[in-house]
Order: sequence, then structure tokens, then C-alpha cells
Amino acid sequence: MATTLTINGEAKSFDAPADMPLLWVLRDVLGMTGTKFGCGIAQCGACTVHIDGQPVRSCVLPVGSLSGRSVTTIEGIGATPAGAKVQKAWLDLEVIQCGYCQSGQVMSAAALLAATPNPDDSDIDAAMSGNICRCGTYVRIRAAIKQAASGRQS
Amino acid sequence: MRMLRILAGLAVIALIAAGIAVWIIRGPGPLAFAGGPMVALADFRGANPTGVPASLAKASAVERGEYLAAAADCMVCHTKPGEKEYAGGLGFKLPFGTLYSTNITPDKETGIGNYSDQDFLNAVQHGRRRDGAMLYPAMPYTSYTYLTDEDTLAIKAYLFSLPPVRASAPENTLGFPFNQRWAMWFWSTVFSPNTRYMPDTSKSPEWNRGAYLVEALAHCGECHTPRNIAFALDNRKKFAGAITAGWRAFNISSDKATGLGGWSDDDLISYLSIGHAKDRGTASGPMGEAVDHSLSKLAPEDIKAIVVFLRSVPAVASPDLPATTAPAAPASHREGPTADARGKIVFQQACVSCHGWSGASLVSSMATLTGSWAVNDPGATNVAQIVISGTKRHVPEDALSMPAFGASYSDEEIAAVANYVTARFGSKGSKLTARDIAELRKQTAQ
Amino acid sequence: MTIDISRRAVLTGGLATGFLLAFHMPLRAGNEPVQPPDVTEGKFAPNAFIRIDPAGNTILIMPQVEMGQGIYTSIAMILAEELDADFSRVSLLAAPANEKLYANPDFGVQATGGSTSVRAFWKPLRTAGASARAMLVQAAAEQWQVEPASCTASNGEVMHQGSGRKLSYGALALAASSQTPPKDVAVKDPKDFVLIGKSLKRLDTPEKVNGKAVYGIDAMLPGMKFATLAQCPVFGGKVGRVDDSAAKKIPGVRQIVVLDDTVAVVGDHMWAAKKGLEALKIDWNEGPNAKIGSAEIWADLRAAIEKDGVVAKSEGDIAKGLATGDKFEASFELPFLAHATMEPLSATVHVKPDSCEIWTGTQIMARVQSEAAKAAGLPVEKVVVNNHLLGGGFGRKLEPDMVVAAVRIAKQVDGPVKVVWTREEDIQHDIYRPVYRDTIAASLSGGKVVGWKYKIAGAAILARWLPPAFQKGIDIDAVDSAVDAPYDIPNFHVEYVRAEPPAVPTGFWRGVGPNNNVFATECFMDELARKAGKDPVEFRRSMLATKPRFLSVLNLAAEKANWGQKLPPRVGQGVCLQPSFASCIATVVEAEVDEHGEIKLRRAVSVVDTGIAVNPDTIMAQIEGGLIFGFTAALYGEITIDKGRVRQSNFNDYRMLRIDQAPKIEVHVVKSGEAPGGIGEAGVTASAPALRNAIYSATGVALRRLPIDRSLLAVGRKA
Repeated sequence: MATTLTINGEAKSFDAPADMPLLWVLRDVLGMTGTKFGCGIAQCGACTVHIDGQPVRSCVLPVGSLSGRSVTTIEGIGATPAGAKVQKAWLDLEVIQCGYCQSGQVMSAAALLAATPNPDDSDIDAAMSGNICRCGTYVRIRAAIKQAASGRQS
Repeated sequence: MRMLRILAGLAVIALIAAGIAVWIIRGPGPLAFAGGPMVALADFRGANPTGVPASLAKASAVERGEYLAAAADCMVCHTKPGEKEYAGGLGFKLPFGTLYSTNITPDKETGIGNYSDQDFLNAVQHGRRRDGAMLYPAMPYTSYTYLTDEDTLAIKAYLFSLPPVRASAPENTLGFPFNQRWAMWFWSTVFSPNTRYMPDTSKSPEWNRGAYLVEALAHCGECHTPRNIAFALDNRKKFAGAITAGWRAFNISSDKATGLGGWSDDDLISYLSIGHAKDRGTASGPMGEAVDHSLSKLAPEDIKAIVVFLRSVPAVASPDLPATTAPAAPASHREGPTADARGKIVFQQACVSCHGWSGASLVSSMATLTGSWAVNDPGATNVAQIVISGTKRHVPEDALSMPAFGASYSDEEIAAVANYVTARFGSKGSKLTARDIAELRKQTAQ
Repeated sequence: MTIDISRRAVLTGGLATGFLLAFHMPLRAGNEPVQPPDVTEGKFAPNAFIRIDPAGNTILIMPQVEMGQGIYTSIAMILAEELDADFSRVSLLAAPANEKLYANPDFGVQATGGSTSVRAFWKPLRTAGASARAMLVQAAAEQWQVEPASCTASNGEVMHQGSGRKLSYGALALAASSQTPPKDVAVKDPKDFVLIGKSLKRLDTPEKVNGKAVYGIDAMLPGMKFATLAQCPVFGGKVGRVDDSAAKKIPGVRQIVVLDDTVAVVGDHMWAAKKGLEALKIDWNEGPNAKIGSAEIWADLRAAIEKDGVVAKSEGDIAKGLATGDKFEASFELPFLAHATMEPLSATVHVKPDSCEIWTGTQIMARVQSEAAKAAGLPVEKVVVNNHLLGGGFGRKLEPDMVVAAVRIAKQVDGPVKVVWTREEDIQHDIYRPVYRDTIAASLSGGKVVGWKYKIAGAAILARWLPPAFQKGIDIDAVDSAVDAPYDIPNFHVEYVRAEPPAVPTGFWRGVGPNNNVFATECFMDELARKAGKDPVEFRRSMLATKPRFLSVLNLAAEKANWGQKLPPRVGQGVCLQPSFASCIATVVEAEVDEHGEIKLRRAVSVVDTGIAVNPDTIMAQIEGGLIFGFTAALYGEITIDKGRVRQSNFNDYRMLRIDQAPKIEVHVVKSGEAPGGIGEAGVTASAPALRNAIYSATGVALRRLPIDRSLLAVGRKA
């Protein structure tokens, strides 16, 4: 099925079955490998993208349901104010270890900050608990979100 | 002499009392509500309500049997998950022990390879095994008894076309007195209608087709009609809903508030065809299997006939269910019920990614909780079961399945998340405890 | 300070044959990497680790792989420190498969693991840096006709002190190439370090925030196909019959590959491959292991530990020691664990008639190359391995199986094929952390331990993985941290019983042997403290008179954690002191147990003396992450076996700790002049015993088995 999607502001056309999750379209068809495969059942968050600004797990999101929607991936999130703040705080506080889950963590955090500019701990829990980090960077993720929100420099 | 007469008199009174008791317990038949004159199939002037849809009219017995076996949903009960289809071994956990389904592949030693046509008819229509022993009514022969010989034998032809699988089901583990198979003869005598389908001449051919599909083939009442103390269906409350195998089969009578009375035809057709109707929820557990393996394979005209029939079933209310479903929950985690902190933790970890804080899934309408009956049930039976066992759906093409969380989440956590979910997305929150979850875990078929 | 690894600098710096810069795999299909030029050409290449081009770009070659532990940055810091390089102009290159040049000195194998990287490479890297620096200085001195001793180097330049003349390393690169490397070269006095000891920014992270970092699973090649596989669910089982009629009908499915124990579906993308695999009907010949379950495995292990073991260490007179005072005994058990790296196993392979090229992320470059050569039926030099960043390793990628499976599949496929394991396959065909059982008999006299007999039963992973290291029946990993427990105990005895579990393959898992031994030792220490009527910290202190490093981290941890403070009911603090990986670490965990037995992690404090701290922030991050990794296992981690197959499958039933459960964590890195210790696994080994002891303090329940059975902790339940 020929489909056109707006991804990071660019129209992208590709051929994919309607039931194919967006994750595999991004990675295997479009070669946009920043979005990661972790579990395939929406339990780890590594595949998080934004659909019209909302964080969604692309591993269970059929691409056929997306016509007319706007997709933002880790490759494009730095162009949004919240995404840029998150990326900066992530580097300032040296959040990242192996980094494999961090595309998803950054996407979830950017969505959180866009919707809730000054999140407290319960907001962070609500927005970030679906993202697993096996390296265990949670303490720094929390600190970095708070720093990104406050605009404080390290 | 006088003593004898008194004893005889007492015996007569006892018999009459027993008869009345039996009549009361046995209750009306599944189609008694329709009330019209019934005739033998041969005498019915309308279109034949039995058999297969027109598209298969000229098909072979095997092909007709395949359709009918799907309509009768034989496979799900006669297959253990992960094992060969129709090879049996699925365990049904009953209060008095576990029953295992049998191998109905044509294997001569462990299956039904030696069954003659008559043997097969005896088993399906009369609940009698080839060796003469009576089947337990977990095999819904009280429904299948309405099947025509021709349809039953078409199913046999289909089953005999499958590769034989050598597989013996485990021994049943029923305790006394339930392990006494002979007693099933009495049960069957009282509770099996033991008759082929008789059309109701006051109803349309479509209704009669629906009745045949629902009662003879799909055996909906086996789950959706409550049972009496003798474990037989209580058709005074036909389709009023019941707990079966640890799952709640909801009220599918025409009650407006708690049954299907408020559903449009399109809702019903969609739910029966793909196991999902917009803003009505998604079939899971046993109903999900029924849709995937049975109802989704039916011809559109057969689905319509089922809808026509269901519409005619008298309303019976479910007093424990709220009269309305709840609107969408707030989009923010901060708003809405927050009583159960542990439930919220489980929800934000494992559930919100698909179901969303509002209950409207960003991933698939099948995962939308808003409007779903499961979350509106203050008993939270199905919510807890889905969390424990997950749900694997095959229809439609892009069906979303849910993984099982029972192995890694404690009874306490599952109770908490069920209570949180019903409070957030339903009209009235549940109050499940860890003990309830432990009970539910025991009841699911394996 | 911020460091930009300039993409341009790296690309113009060139890529050596077989080298592939981990950071710069092409992102898009249709951009096949050309055979890269020789990285030594036209450059100063004094040794295996350093390349400097005439423009001054400094390429540092990474003998160890980056899987999150920050080792690229630490190695770069060590090299640059002794080289006196301009750290803002360094770029990094992953080492190719080459056991001669890049073997880990601790193993003799080109492997990253065991928290050895900094420890093992500390001296060779410093020498390499210092030697290169000496050659650059020599070259400058020759040019200026002055004594080398009158020249200094810093920040990528050599300066003549008398005249103030300066030459950049770039300008000296060619001249330095013709210098003879010095025989003995002095390394810096630690007080002169300018980079080591600073929390410099990591070099690998900028591309990890924006999706540009390329992991093994991200390799893209023109015309590549995508495959996923199913191995026999029963360990050791084989493929019987495969009905692929339904799978072949799925759009995008191109090929079904059937091997003796594996079936793979090859398609246009992973979705087609995955759906195709689901549609296959496979009859497996399950083989004898189909009878094995967890119950049999535990029964085996419990029987094995009753046998006599091999003595790994014996001091004093253990019989006499145990006969003194009051004797106590306890057994401890640890379950099978899966690694569950966030990046599922994968490898991209292109097999041609006379060559094989591999793109993956592995902890064992050279072994992958030789195993792939065997599988491909090619000489080892015909196999090129392109290593990438690893999305977690944790020991899983110390095994070559993911690459071997991909090579076997790729042999049947025309063109390159990326084989990705589903999470389910990744969990059900792991090489698992083995089950362990330990028995400790100890005697108490005068409030101290006077006899300690510790017996370990478990798999000997080293016997398989590094046979030369398995000597006299002792697996030095399996007894690690047991034989070197920090306490002064006069009669001390450790025995090891090799017990290989049936059917289940076992391997290294982050924290390795010490996970087991620190757990049993530290849990039993708390039980003994209670028997002795002493506070757990005080009890330990009393046995550390000759161990000042341990005593000081313990004291500081107690102070920072406010040990002994009054806590609410069912809240407890637990301590763990460990010698693992040549680091001295004390950890205090504070946890709360609710009436149902559910556990809340409140706080963790670790004090770390790991010798010279190369990058303190990285050390803190490793302890923070290691603690979380260990808490996850302590609370939830268990792989169980039923009918020869793994029951768990994905994160729904192999559960991970989440951010909302993570405690506050404080890590204090103690200043030290000792040689660097290992740190990547140390947090993991600390977490379970400290948590268990906190629970013991909060509830009085002495758990002796992991994962923690929360049902034992409910109010009114008996352990």
C-alpha cells in the first residue's frame, strides 16, 4: 500500500502493508534507525515517537491508521523547543550510558515538557514509567527533566 | 397394609415433589421465550434455517463441515494452547476438579478415528461416548442436540479430513461424587432437550436461522446464561450473563441498560464479526477466542441472522451493573480517582502506553477503555483476567494483543490496578483484594 | 568543558582496513561503506592505539567496546593524558578484530567484560601514550637541535622551555614516525594528571541524544533483507517438519531458511519476517531436555552441594574454628537470569563465495570473527567484523551465538541480511546467569566470626569460556569475592563444587561470580550480627582492623546514610561491604515494606574506593545504574524452566524496575592513589544484599533466596 506521511516536517512516501507498525516503516523502509526496537509489545518505550505531539509506541502503531497525522522522531525532536531543552539537559547531566533506550526517553520527556512545562515528581512518574532503561539511568533522567524545565545550567 | 398404603402415598407425594422440583430446576427450554408454534424441520415452509450459507450450498461435506465446525467453535475447547489443533487436552477448572477436552482428530487410538457416523451423532447430539459412557456437559451437547444429522455428519467429515494426531488428554481430576460418570445419565435425562431444531413458524426464516446458529451451533447460552444448582442453564434468565471459566460473560439479553438493547445493529455486527465495536469495547478472553475462531468466519448474512435473533431475547436486567458506562477519563494523570496509589503505579508502568490516561488509546481503538463493559463492571472480573492472562487476538488483520502480566505482578498489584482501572474508566470502581485475584487465577482454563 | 567529535575530522582521518568507526555507520540504505583506506598511511602510528595526522587530528583506537560503561571516554582520557594530546581534537575508532594487538591483558582474549577495562589497560595505555609523547618530543628536539629533556609537551604541542618555541603534534607527525620508540618510558606522576580525575563529558553521548548513534542493530546496506528466527523452544531440540504454506503468502516474505535447530524467515522488512515466522507451522523434535524443569534443576543443585568440593582457600584450622563458640548455618540460592539488553540480539551478515562481512555489536571481536569463519567455512582472514556501539552488553555479547546464527542463515541468502531476534527469542534463548546454591557454616565467639566455612555450588563458566583459566577444578570467577571476603576471620575456608545445570546454557551476567558470593556472605553477616546482638555496621567494623580501605568506606557510608537513625515501622536500612573487582565499596540501602509485602526503595548510598578514579562522574553513573540493575534482579529476576523451555518471554513477565520505583541514589567517590579498580559491575553486586538486609531489618524476615518472595513479607506471614 502506497502511503505518504509527514515525518519531521517532510513528506515521505513509501510502500507498506497497512498493519505494519510505524517502527518498522521508519527503521527498515525509510532507514531512520534512531527509533529503536526493544520489545514489540509497548512495554519498554524504546520506540516512542510523537504523533501530533503525543508520545506513542511505534512498535504497535499500524501505519495504516496514520494518514494525515504528523510524525516526529528522535531525528527531528531537536527542532522543537522542548526537545532541544531535553537534549541539552541530557548532555549536561550526562544521563546516557548505552543509549539504546534514550531515543525513547528523550521523546517521552520532550512530550512531557511540551505539555507540562514544570513537571513535579508525580508528573515525571506518570510520563516516564513506561520507558525502561536497563542501564539504570533513572535518577539522572529525573534530574535532567527538572533541569530542562527550570532552564538551570549545570 | 395400612402402613404400606401410607408409604405408597408418601412415595407418590415424593415423586410429585421431585417432579415439580425437576420442572422448577429444569425450567423452560432455550427457545421457549419465542412462544410460537414449532414444527419439525421437514414441515417448515420457510427457507431452511439449518446447514450452510448459500455460497457454500454446493460445497463438499468437508467444506460445509469446516464452516459448521467453526460456527460450533469446536477447535478452541479441543485444543491446548501451543499444541496441535483439535488434539484436546485443554483443562477446564471446575469447582469440583479439572476436566480435560478430548482429542477429536481422526487418530484411531487416541482420537475419534474409530467413530462410526452413529457413534459421532451419539456423542454430539446425545452426549454419549462410543463406549456408552456419558459425557460431562462441559461438552455442550445440550446445545448440539439441536443440530441436524446432516450438519453433524458434515462436521465429522471435516474432522476426518484433518491429519490424525496422537495425543491422549490427561485424566480428569474430578472428586466424588462428580467422578461418577453414570450419574450423568440422570442429568442428561433431565436437562438435555434431546431434540433436533424445530423452527418457530411465527418467526421469520432469518430469525430461525439466527436461532439455529445461536442455539445449536454457537451455544452462546453455555457462557451467557446463568446456571442453576444442578449446573444446567437457567433459561428464565436467558442470556442475563454469568461467570464462566473465571470470566464474566456479559448480559446479552435485550435489556436497554445492561444488555444489548442499547446497541445499534452496526455495533452488534461489528462486535460479532471482528470482536470490537467503537466505544463498546473489545472482546477478550473466551469471547475473543469465540470471535477469532468462530464468529469471524461466519457469512455476513449469518451474522445478521444472529443479530435478529438476539434482539428478540427478552430483557433481563443485571442489577449489579451500572446503568451507563462512564465518559472518557481526564487526559491528565492528576485528575480522576487517585485512591489506589499502587494501582496507579502499575498502570503508569505497564498500561498507559497503550490505553492512555483518558482511556482513549493512541495506538488502536481496540485498546480504548472508554465505553468498555469490562471496565464498567464493579466486579472487575474481566479486567483482572485480562491483566493476568493477556489476550491474543487474530481478527481483524491489525488486531492488537495484550501480553499477560500474571506471572510477574503480585495478586496485590493486579487487584490494585483492576481497582484503579475500574475507578478511572468505569462508572463504579471495584474493590478486589489479593485473595480475589488468587481465586480468579484458579478458574481459567489451561 | 565540551568536546565535539568532529564528524569531518574523523572522516578525513580515514578508516583502516576492517576498521569501522562505530559512530559513523551510514544511516541510510544505499550508502554502502567503501573499503576504507589504511589508517596508518601518512600518519604517526607509534603503536596500536594512537594515530596522529599532519593536520593534528588524533585518532585513538579503542581496544574495548562501548556498551554504556563510558569506557571510550576513559580510555581516551588515559591515552590523551600520557600523550598530552589536545583532548578537543581526539576522535575515536573501534579496534578491528585483532587478538594480537587488542587482547584484554586480563584474559588474553579480545574481550570487554569483568569490569576489567581500566584495570587491565591502565598500564599498556599509559605506556602507549607516554611512548608516543616521547617520540614526538624527540622529533621536536631533533628539529630544534636541543636536548629532549629541555622540552615539554601539553595540549598537543611540544615546547622548548628555553626558547619558547612550539611545534604542534600535527607538524611533528611525520618526523615522529621515524623515531624509535623508547625502551623504558616514564609515565606521569598522578599529581601531574590534567585529564584523569576530572569528570569530563563523555565522547559517545552527543550522538545518543539525537538518534544518530549507530548500534549493531542499525546497520543498513543497499539491497539488504531482514530476517528473524525461531530456535527450538526446548534447549538442544531440532527442527522436525516445517509447513511454510501460510508464511509464503504473507506480503514481503521472501525466503524461509530451515537449519537443523533454527528456522528463519527472510523478508523485505522485519514486519514481514515476524509475521511470516508466526505463520509457520513448525514441528520440533524436542529431544531429551523436554523432560527438564526448574524443580529437577534445583533438586540436582541441592544434591550437588552435598558433595565434597575443591578447596579454593583455607586459612587457620576450620574444624577447630567451627568447634569454637556458637555455630550457625544457612543456605542461599540465586536463580537463572536473562540479560535482556535493551538492544535485542542482532547481526547483519553478507556471505559471498570467498568472503563474509559482519556488522554487529559484540564484546568479543576476535572470537566472533573466528566463530563466524567456522560457520561460513572460510579462512578467518576472509571474515571482516564491523563492530558498533552496543545497546547494552551485560555479558550476553560475550557469546558469539547471535553472529553464528546470522552467518548460518546468511549462507542461504543472496545478498546481505540483517537477522534480528524478537525480544521473546532473546529472552528464551539467552545464555543464562547460572543458578547457585551456597552453604555457609560459621561460628561466633566474643561477638566476632571465628570460623567461616563457605561452600559454593554452581556452573563453571570459565571452564567453557576461557579453559586455560580453569585450573585444578576451581572456577576463579565462581569463587570471586568469596575467597577475598574483606573480614579478618582466623579460620576461613572456601570450597567450590562445579555443578552444571542440565539443559540450560549458562554464561556471564553483569556482576558475575561476586553477585552470588557477596550476596551470601553479606546476608549471612547480618544474620550473624543479629545472633551476636550487634549492629550490622559495628559487627563488620570489628573485623576490619587490618583493612583500612574497607573500614573507611564503611564508616563513610554509615555517616552519609545516617546509619542508625530512627526509622518508621517496617522501614529498614541494610548494609553491604564488598571487595569485588578490586574496588572497595560500602553500600547502605533504605527500604520500606508495606503490610502486603510490597517493597519501596527509599534511598541508596554507596561509597566507592576504586583507586585512582579516571572519570569520577562515569564511576558514579556506573554505580547508580548498577544498583538499579541489581535491584531489578533482586525484586523480579528469575528465569524458570518448564518442559525444557523458558517460561518468560518479554518485559511483561520478565519484569524491569521503572523510574517510579528508583530510589534516591548518592555515590561518593573517595580520593585514592591506588591502582584503578573495576566499577562497571560493582553496583550490581552491592544492591541485592544491601536491599535484603534492609528488608531483614524492617521485617525480621531473613530472606535467603532471590528474587525476593514478597509474599513472605506480608504482615502475619512466616518466612
